[in-house]
Amino acid sequence: MAVTSFDPIVSKRLRIPNSHTLEVYLSNDGYVGLKKALSMNPEDVASEVMTASLLGRGGAGFPAGRKWAMLKNDLVKYLVINGDESEPATFKDHELVEKDPHQIIEGTIIAAYALGVTQAFIFCRGEFALGFERLQSALNEAYEYGALGRDIFGSGFSLDMVIHPGAGAYICGEETALLESLEGKRGYPRIKPPFFPAVIGLYGKPTVVNNMETVSNLPWIVINGGAAFAALGEGSSAGTRLFALSGHVNRPGWYEIEMAKTTFRDLIEHPDLGGGIRMGRSLKAFIPGGVSAPWFGPNEMDMPLSQDAVAQAGSMLGSGSVVVMDETTCPVRAAWRITKFFSRESCGQCTPCREGSGWIERTMRRIELGAGRMEDIDLVLDACDNISPGLSWPPKQTTICVLGPSIPSSVNSAITMFRDDFVAHIKDGKCNYA
Amino acid sequence: MPESNDKITVTVDGNEVRADPGELIIEVAERAGVFVPRFCYHPRMKPVGMCRMCLVEVSSPRGPSLQPACFVPVADGMEISTESQSVQKAQNGVLEYLLLNHPLDCPVCDKGGECPLQDQTLAYGPGESRQVEEKRHFAKPIPISTLVELDRERCIQCSRCTRFANEIAGEALIDFFGRGEDTEVAIFPGKPFDSYFAGNTVQICPVGALTATPYRFKARPWDLEQVESTCTLCSVGCRIAVQSSANEVVRHLGIDIESVNHSWLCDKGRFGYLAMRSETRILEPSLRENGELVEVSWTDALEKAAALISEAKLVHGPQAIGFIGGARLTNESAYAWTKVAKAVVATDNTDAQLGDGMPAELVLGLPRATISDACKAKKLIVIGEDLKEVAPVLFLRLRPLIEEGKIDLVEFSTHETSLSKLAKASIPLVPGEIGTRVRALIGFIKGTKDAGEGIGIDVQEIKNASQALGSLEDNSDLVVIFSNSSAIENTQDLQAGILALEESFKNAKFMPVLRRSNIFGALDMGLSPNLLPGRVTLSGAKEYYKKQWGSVPEKSGMSALEMLKAASESKLKVLVLLGCDPISDFPDSKLAKDALLKVDTVIFVDSLANSSLDYADIVLPASMDSEREGSFTNLEGRISRISKKVSALGSSWPDWAIASELADALGEDLGFGSLDDIAKEIARLAPAYQGLRSTLSLRSEVDEGILLPVTSTKVEIKRKQGDPMVHLGLISVEHQGAPLKSGASNEPGVYSDEKQKPEIGSTVSLISKSDIKSDINLEPETEASGAKSLRLVVTRRLFDRGTQIYNSPFFRELISEQEVRIHPETASSLGIDNGGKVSISGESKKVSGLVVLDNRVDQSGVVLTWNVSEEDVRLLASDSEKSAHWVEVEN
Amino acid sequence: MAHLSKELYEKCKSVVALYPEARSALIPLCHMAQGQEGWLTSEAIEDIAELTGVTPAEVRGTASFYDMLHLEPVGKYVVAMCTNIACMLNGSMELLDHAEEKLGISAGGTTSDGEFTLEESECLAGCDKAPCVQVNHRFFGPLDNKGFDQLLDDLKAGKLSDDVPSHGVLSRVDRRFPLALSPSEVAAERAEMENAKSQRDEKRKVSEGAN
Repeated sequence: MAVTSFDPIVSKRLRIPNSHTLEVYLSNDGYVGLKKALSMNPEDVASEVMTASLLGRGGAGFPAGRKWAMLKNDLVKYLVINGDESEPATFKDHELVEKDPHQIIEGTIIAAYALGVTQAFIFCRGEFALGFERLQSALNEAYEYGALGRDIFGSGFSLDMVIHPGAGAYICGEETALLESLEGKRGYPRIKPPFFPAVIGLYGKPTVVNNMETVSNLPWIVINGGAAFAALGEGSSAGTRLFALSGHVNRPGWYEIEMAKTTFRDLIEHPDLGGGIRMGRSLKAFIPGGVSAPWFGPNEMDMPLSQDAVAQAGSMLGSGSVVVMDETTCPVRAAWRITKFFSRESCGQCTPCREGSGWIERTMRRIELGAGRMEDIDLVLDACDNISPGLSWPPKQTTICVLGPSIPSSVNSAITMFRDDFVAHIKDGKCNYA
Repeated sequence: MPESNDKITVTVDGNEVRADPGELIIEVAERAGVFVPRFCYHPRMKPVGMCRMCLVEVSSPRGPSLQPACFVPVADGMEISTESQSVQKAQNGVLEYLLLNHPLDCPVCDKGGECPLQDQTLAYGPGESRQVEEKRHFAKPIPISTLVELDRERCIQCSRCTRFANEIAGEALIDFFGRGEDTEVAIFPGKPFDSYFAGNTVQICPVGALTATPYRFKARPWDLEQVESTCTLCSVGCRIAVQSSANEVVRHLGIDIESVNHSWLCDKGRFGYLAMRSETRILEPSLRENGELVEVSWTDALEKAAALISEAKLVHGPQAIGFIGGARLTNESAYAWTKVAKAVVATDNTDAQLGDGMPAELVLGLPRATISDACKAKKLIVIGEDLKEVAPVLFLRLRPLIEEGKIDLVEFSTHETSLSKLAKASIPLVPGEIGTRVRALIGFIKGTKDAGEGIGIDVQEIKNASQALGSLEDNSDLVVIFSNSSAIENTQDLQAGILALEESFKNAKFMPVLRRSNIFGALDMGLSPNLLPGRVTLSGAKEYYKKQWGSVPEKSGMSALEMLKAASESKLKVLVLLGCDPISDFPDSKLAKDALLKVDTVIFVDSLANSSLDYADIVLPASMDSEREGSFTNLEGRISRISKKVSALGSSWPDWAIASELADALGEDLGFGSLDDIAKEIARLAPAYQGLRSTLSLRSEVDEGILLPVTSTKVEIKRKQGDPMVHLGLISVEHQGAPLKSGASNEPGVYSDEKQKPEIGSTVSLISKSDIKSDINLEPETEASGAKSLRLVVTRRLFDRGTQIYNSPFFRELISEQEVRIHPETASSLGIDNGGKVSISGESKKVSGLVVLDNRVDQSGVVLTWNVSEEDVRLLASDSEKSAHWVEVEN
Repeated sequence: MAHLSKELYEKCKSVVALYPEARSALIPLCHMAQGQEGWLTSEAIEDIAELTGVTPAEVRGTASFYDMLHLEPVGKYVVAMCTNIACMLNGSMELLDHAEEKLGISAGGTTSDGEFTLEESECLAGCDKAPCVQVNHRFFGPLDNKGFDQLLDDLKAGKLSDDVPSHGVLSRVDRRFPLALSPSEVAAERAEMENAKSQRDEKRKVSEGAN
């Protein structure tokens, strides 16, 4: 495989100075897609998206067109854009919201038009304060420009949009928790069924929740057609995608890549992309799709960045974030830190996740600090098993949402791949990587 | 009921079970005799599926998966396993997790021995903990209200308490605080959980996190004994378990009765037993000698009372003797006193109401709605008092349904009530205008244009109300709940309004709300002028009772107001007070004082001292609830049992025994050697009660009670299990809520059967609409004059300075300050600010209070609260016979 | 202790008006209140409760769920240091140690002069600039010990006041447009559309039937 060349889709304007302003946006095909969409039937817009086979970019990777088709018809429906990007090591929406807020707004208007929605919300992660400001400015500009409000561009279609700030809770990236938060409540995920947003969503009304990156693709798809999008990538992994690369690489950053055509090795090592592992060290492990995903080792380096391929290998592309750990990384410490994250971010609804995450974290920390007992290794695995029975992939769960069953991913990976390191911590009473 | 055709079949642990679509797995399993352990699930609240204790394995096309039984509805063909290996592992795991941070301080925890966490750990949990780290610590316990304390270390974050506060009571004064492992229950600092219903959270807490301050360390569950009984602190008649330890009542728990209280109680009822051991308890009979009450024997006291009654009767005739009160009595005691008054003394001067109620004929003569009728109604009209203040658990049953939009509410009230925000229309009321406003609404619905105009209210509200109520055609889905909207006014006007509604809304049902205790039983038993036992009138049933009793009064008697007036004019010579305090409770306190002062003899029959005791000549101590037994008739006309649990304190007697012995001293034998004798006579004679099995008061099973008039021969037991944590074989549950063996009884309860229904010699018809007086004078007898331009309205609060409350230190703190509710525009024209202190001047006195701006108060009125401060609002009123009182409000 | 200023209260009302249900404005209002005081005072919570129609206990309980909302006073600069995986791999835990030593407080604490609050935070989505730090929710990174010291100096010297507003200010940009469509309008419009659609469907059925 190799790194393919193509005209960037969502990242096209990201490197242009002042790309967040309407002026720059308009001079780079801004709102062309929307104008074209408004001249089409809403159903035809939806059908282009179906043809594009655009997978949701939030983490679960569900096809956006099919998600739209599931929206229950009702007098009142809502569209909510999920920009609460919080999966550790993921920073593509952060980039999009700061550098190309109009693209998000335009994509949202197109989606709203296709869905027959008259009020849309963009839920923007609170920590993206600068991004929030730019999105708010862009919204003002869009209203002024006539892209929002009553009778958009004289098409008869009217839409109101509200930029809604999050306030710091990872769980609100889960779509039903996000809706709770948008309703002004604690971000508790809802139980599915029956609370599928497409049927019972915001304020109990049918709601589509799309990721920011997902809708950012829409203007391009409308202009170039769904088929053009589907022609990129391969199979169900169509189009291009923004990957966030971090950790022990020479060139951490975001890269728009044609899906399934490029491998992890390309992403990590290609001089135009990751540029290789820093200081010429060798790879210990990498996380292919955010910290909820099980880890991969050197053997998986040549796997393509394809949703299906990664899933078959027992992990996920998730939020499109790849974390590279070199040979000097202590896997106990890495897994412990990830567990600590889940423990801090557990919403507290379900007993196994609320109590289990803290216990697993404390036990992992004990091992990392050299105070572990041999039986602790099986203890944490069994505690993980009580959150995600069988520790299989995709995970089973004893909890309402998938935050709980994400906890075992790193713990189980670290123990399975690097059990010797755990034993060494316990036997030596210290971390040998420190 | 015939089995409906759309039933589905599921298997639970291999056994086929029929179920209704939509039923939850946990309910279906329970019906099939399979208990699924749970913490957060409560059958009277919406499921949330949070604690994950109820995970069961459910078949699906993609293979079996673990699902929360409390949240997932059954589907046809579903295979459910509650004890597979994966279920057992999950249960074990959840319990291990819950115990990680639980302090396991069971030996010093009130819940120990009746604790679902303890019990379910024994049944499903791990034997020991694998955790070596320190547990989470919090300061413990912290008071979150006067009555409830919170131990956050014990809390398992099931959210039952927070959901109850928000979803059922509608007062989210507690909420979760923090996130994840650090989640705790918290109040807003400085705003305690002072809900009338806070005690329910203690009952439903599945661990010892919430405890009731009065019960803390009082008893251990295994030392408790209990009986099922009925709360008598208002007329709703909630079913309770009375629990005692060492012959002292230590706790009331709500029993889950489908038709009445769904296991909920208000705190007044839950903690009302605290008054039993109050210092003001009257323990011995006494006589006044030289101005002092001196303890005497029962014989001396009764002989003295009999002598004074006989003398008055001989000299002045039976009309010179009167009986006021009776709401505190059991049905049997009320019957006995009625018989003493009407058959022995031969006076019709009896009145269980104290001038602040409603005409007995209006209460008894309309087609009566049950609580279930009201809850199932699509449309509800509430007229008068705030239901939360006068019938708290009725409010609690209705509130969530109105909030969910299942019931459309139209209210007529003098101020913003607890339901106003949820109402489709809220029509402001001033006394005297009820009839006009009700008729305006009816006129509007009928299409008489601009019927809503010109009566000084927002026409839009009338339109909203009209929209909510729809047509006048068939109103079998309409219930009207009504009460006196101002304690100091008569109810002629209300009566006019109700009659207009009855006439226009065909097939509507009515629920009169009188707040005092067993007032409905007392009226049914004839403790009212012109009534005889069994919902019949004196004129209608004179001959019938004469035949049975030998004698009945010749003439109709006097109401409480008339009796007090007669006493103040020295026309009434003997006044028997049956558990009442006219000085504090009668709307015209001057008249009450004058009357008690002037009347020759006051015979005071009561359990606790009150202001009228100072005027008593003969004091006869009566036993209190849980020391006595009998039956109770609630505002629906539903009879339930009052049970005895502890021995009576001092020398107090049950009231029926006092009546019977007094009759004996008067030379007449009532024929009552036991309570059962009275119950039998009621069932034999009292028309609405005829056929009632006499053993009612001796039954021990828990059931729905029976509705009057007795028509059916069988009573179905529809009860849900008293406590959702019920688990067979776990002894602790016996002590929490109702005993399992009675709650789960499959035997239909039978109160009456055809064979026992006696033949009645003559036909006596029950009170009906035609007995309600319709010649009503609606003109106020006084008019606003000069500065006194605001019409005075006096409303009730649940916690006031009444005897039972004021005698409990826990309750005293809950008595609110005097509020002066006034419309913002009225306030601004008077230069009055929200929260400011103002004084109100009326006929003679001044009263002060804090201003609450309330745009639901009519601009011509001002609303004060009865009996919450030392300053007596009644003194603002003039003669209570006048239908309007006018006051001035100033800074 | 302070209530919302009159001006802010009015602004809050206009935010409440953006939502179909008032409670939705709860979190935006908390941010706005923090913009005034840097944290959520009891009085501000009471104001927000009034504006959104819930109890103060619910506002406080909801706010306590979210890391960005502070129920205790914080320093003028809240320094949030990510130690999650990508930053950890790039030395953020060591940087945090340095920051604690430099400021003389441990994570979660505030310096005695009220200038700095130090927080150990979860991933801030600045992983390409790891270790990354936010000051009052504005990004800085990658930072080493020296860079961190420089950042503190610059903050103290007021050199970054254009980029870093005082704590609690989420957005220096206000929405300038109220909703164009009122909820009742939307409902009516939708009903009309549905009606027209069903009539069309009906006609189509009839004509299909005729064919």
